[in-house]
Amino acid sequence: MLADNKTSSDWPEAIYSTLERFDVRQVPYVPDAGHSRLIQRVLGSSTMRGIPLTTEEEGIALMAGAWAGGQRGVLLMQSSGVGNCINMLSLIPILRFPFLTLVTMRGEWGEYNPWQVPMGSTTQGVFELSGVQVLRASNAQEVPDVLQAAAAQAYNALTPTAVLLSQRLIGAKVFTK
Amino acid sequence: MSKANLLNRRDVVSALLANRKDVVAIGGLGASTNDICAAGDHARNFYLWGGMGGAAMIGLGLALAQPKLPVLVITGDGEMLMGLGSFATIALQKPANLSILVLDNERYGETGGQASHTSAAADLVGVAKACGIADSRSISTMAEVEAFARSVHDVAAGPRFANVKVDSAEVERILPTRDGTYIVNRMRGDLGFAPI
Repeated sequence: MLADNKTSSDWPEAIYSTLERFDVRQVPYVPDAGHSRLIQRVLGSSTMRGIPLTTEEEGIALMAGAWAGGQRGVLLMQSSGVGNCINMLSLIPILRFPFLTLVTMRGEWGEYNPWQVPMGSTTQGVFELSGVQVLRASNAQEVPDVLQAAAAQAYNALTPTAVLLSQRLIGAKVFTK
Repeated sequence: MSKANLLNRRDVVSALLANRKDVVAIGGLGASTNDICAAGDHARNFYLWGGMGGAAMIGLGLALAQPKLPVLVITGDGEMLMGLGSFATIALQKPANLSILVLDNERYGETGGQASHTSAAADLVGVAKACGIADSRSISTMAEVEAFARSVHDVAAGPRFANVKVDSAEVERILPTRDGTYIVNRMRGDLGFAPI
């Protein structure tokens, strides 16, 4: 069990290593508790630039510009931010830049806050309707493989890809004991 | 609807790009993208036909990726109003090579000329300043436009923002290519990047 616990606690590091291996340079994000360790890692990186956004769609436009200038990006957000992105997602097929986003899920698996449920329930559908392929990681053990596959298809094959990091993986937010 | 003493948008954009050298120019959805085409098609022109509110952020992504290149976003008041938060995002990153200029005709010109918020209430220079872009100014003369165009080449002193009140009179439509993949790949090629 000790080994499993260690693996579990290392999944943000596994994500960081994959992004580093794929030479990702710009990391726009809207903070989420589930992304907090990865964001800390990115902000301390010498090769990646963490870019806080005021709203998630800014990140899509930023990544288009980054690619025109020769750099790869990845967008970090929470499921509720996906809805903010919808029109800007149209840039991806039009400009054909590599698109990878890592989305921490709310509104599922033990959610306490009903206000998170509507967007959390439609996150995958919104992506698929918008031409973004969806992969999911439900536990820490599968994070490295899912990230590797997602980054490979996004950056090598220009397949727009979203990885949903399930609430089961990140843990439901605790409001009451 | 044209008022006296307002600048002509095509004159402004021609002056901005007359001696562009290595400038990358991004035109926001609407008349601005046509204006940069009217000033002369160029491999370093990024024409937007959609993604309203995204022009300044495309500029930020490009500016961070290419810190030695002057990056100039030219957009309209309506397009900028849809992405006001990007002023705050840009101010935080402090891209010294990024300049943003709004051609402010106080109208949604592409949709029938409805009044925009800048016609009566919103002050984009105030917003940009309050978000942390210290070098934010209002421009009303061609001499100031020319000075701004020169400052764009100083890639160590940005980010900078200028708002230019322009005449809302219709101008001849000059339409750039609307093939987004071509636009991006042409720019990447010009910057020395091979196709994937």
